[in-house]
Amino acid sequence: MVESNIPVGADIMGMSLNGTKFFLKQHRIALRNCGIIDPEDIEEYIAMDGYRALGKALTEMTPDEVVQTLLDSGLRGRGGAGFPTGLKWKFASGNRGNVQKYVCCNADEGDPGAYMDRSVLEGDPHAVIEAMAIAGYAIGADKGYIYVRAEYPVAVQRLNIALAQAREYGLLGESIFGTDFSFDIEIKLGAGAFVCGEETALMTSIEGKRGEPRPRPPFPAIKGLFDSPTILNNVETYANIPRIILNGADWFSSIGTEKSKGTKVFALVGKIKNTGLVEVPMGTTLREIVEDIGGGVPGGRSFKAAQTGGPSGGCIPAEHFDTPIDYDNLIEIGSMMGSGGLIVMDDTTCMVDIARFFLDFIVDESCGRCTPCRMGNKRLLELLEKITQGKATMADLDAIEHLAMFIKENSLCGLGQTAPNPVLSTLRYFRDEYEEHIKDKKCRAGVCKELLSYSIDADKCIGCGLCAKNCPAEAILGRPKEAHTLDASKCVKCGVCVEKCKFDAVVMV
Amino acid sequence: MKQISNAPFMGTEKQEKELMGWIAAHKGEKGIAMNALQKAQEIYGYLPLEIQKLVSRELGTPLSELYGIATFYSMFNLAQKGKHQINVCMGTACYVKGNAKVFEELEGILGIKGGGSTKDGKFSLDACRCIGACGLAPAIMIDEEVFGRLTGDKGELEAILSKY
Repeated sequence: MVESNIPVGADIMGMSLNGTKFFLKQHRIALRNCGIIDPEDIEEYIAMDGYRALGKALTEMTPDEVVQTLLDSGLRGRGGAGFPTGLKWKFASGNRGNVQKYVCCNADEGDPGAYMDRSVLEGDPHAVIEAMAIAGYAIGADKGYIYVRAEYPVAVQRLNIALAQAREYGLLGESIFGTDFSFDIEIKLGAGAFVCGEETALMTSIEGKRGEPRPRPPFPAIKGLFDSPTILNNVETYANIPRIILNGADWFSSIGTEKSKGTKVFALVGKIKNTGLVEVPMGTTLREIVEDIGGGVPGGRSFKAAQTGGPSGGCIPAEHFDTPIDYDNLIEIGSMMGSGGLIVMDDTTCMVDIARFFLDFIVDESCGRCTPCRMGNKRLLELLEKITQGKATMADLDAIEHLAMFIKENSLCGLGQTAPNPVLSTLRYFRDEYEEHIKDKKCRAGVCKELLSYSIDADKCIGCGLCAKNCPAEAILGRPKEAHTLDASKCVKCGVCVEKCKFDAVVMV
Repeated sequence: MKQISNAPFMGTEKQEKELMGWIAAHKGEKGIAMNALQKAQEIYGYLPLEIQKLVSRELGTPLSELYGIATFYSMFNLAQKGKHQINVCMGTACYVKGNAKVFEELEGILGIKGGGSTKDGKFSLDACRCIGACGLAPAIMIDEEVFGRLTGDKGELEAILSKY
């Protein structure tokens, strides 16, 4: 969807569309129209049964029946935590018509490595608008907000076009479908704060303030945006709803596993042959996603782990390749669904460094309101940095575990409560790598610079001098056409020599 | 911590008129403080203290509150940025595929550190949050244009920069 210098269909480069495993195993509900219709033309959406679900809800169903359909469908929130959508709507549905209520859409897709919401917003914006109107009817709200990241300019532009067209066609505004139901939607732009993906922080941000989370209870269904009952769902959740209303709860609940119904979109990225968005039924195994759909790890490298759930999730090792992926199984194996980023890592990825990477992100994004998250994660990051720099002792590992549990148990919001997950899950599955860093001062992936040393293999070096010419520290010496040597005391470990050498003569040890 | 500009404020009357017009049209709307700052940044490119004071006066929102908002969200700049803003994505996919190297290479080419701007004011360089171009990792964004599948090669990056 990125409209720039990228050729169309680049995500599936080199593959024919039909009969490939990339598509065979997919089942597209949320992404049904993406890439198929012109997102800037409402008539194309309508031609794909668009707004028929809203018409059906308004003219053939009572609001309670809409809520019941959602409950029966088993749809759970696609933003991460997996709370039953119908239940959320039910909590907010009391006292219809007497109080101001709001329907919000969380389009502040912040998990690094996930972009399904962006694709839906850019490829099928009307699906979200239609679903929000259905939600408005179900709970008795006449106003909606879409909180979208300012980093997604194309999404914002297409949403604005879609909203204008929906108003023009009478699908938003007063007396929709000739009923007395009125509903309209406003776009609010985020300004770059990861914590605003948390529901109470998002609402505080829509109110124009610093996006700090609030304690729950009261839950937003009782007291949310501007202190009114509010429901907030994620983009992908909304994208499923028109189809559920049209095809019925039984149809939807026939897909997936016992406790996780329907499909899930994953952003299959990282060290994988076929990158892209894939939508599969819940219960598909990691092996099917990585090997069959993704085509495996490229470059003859071996699979090490798949990271799901963004900074709140964890790393899943190959031993869980055959676990059916759903909300509950992922939590059991120490990760979580999150918004659906699935980043494949190979043996050149250091698991300690990945934990450090996520924690660095968290320390940057912690809003600072509660101490366990603000201070705890900073201390946790320092401990991890000690390990990646080769200065840690085994006692530091215990301190990490202790501190991580404390942060999980005592933080105010979901961001803090899940922040140590990447550390805990990598410790659980890749403890040997941590210990190797501490005891042997070794990083087997060759990522942690302080633990590396370089040397030149005299048998392979032909003395071309390219490494010496590019070395910023003048650490490589040698005569032309003779094997060179590397002075470790001068080496700054920048790695330029490794890149420049055409004969693989510079080795990391 | 955000860099705060100590360069003299060079706003024009036309810019001020545009901002005042926007505020007059939207004053009283719910949750308007953040939108006002976003509009101000769109007009001026950053949020100097002079402008925060002006917005505070016009909206009747305490300056402390506006400053709190401006420092909370990463997209608000308190110092002027380059004419073209280079954002290097530090999302997981881009990180795993080596965008830290691209970032270092860009620092070298431009002769600046992350967070800074070139002397001629043409480019500023930042590491940014995931831009959602994970399928094209590693990727950078210059203004609103995305360049993906980078190798981190000096020549490749110089060729991209030469377009600006």
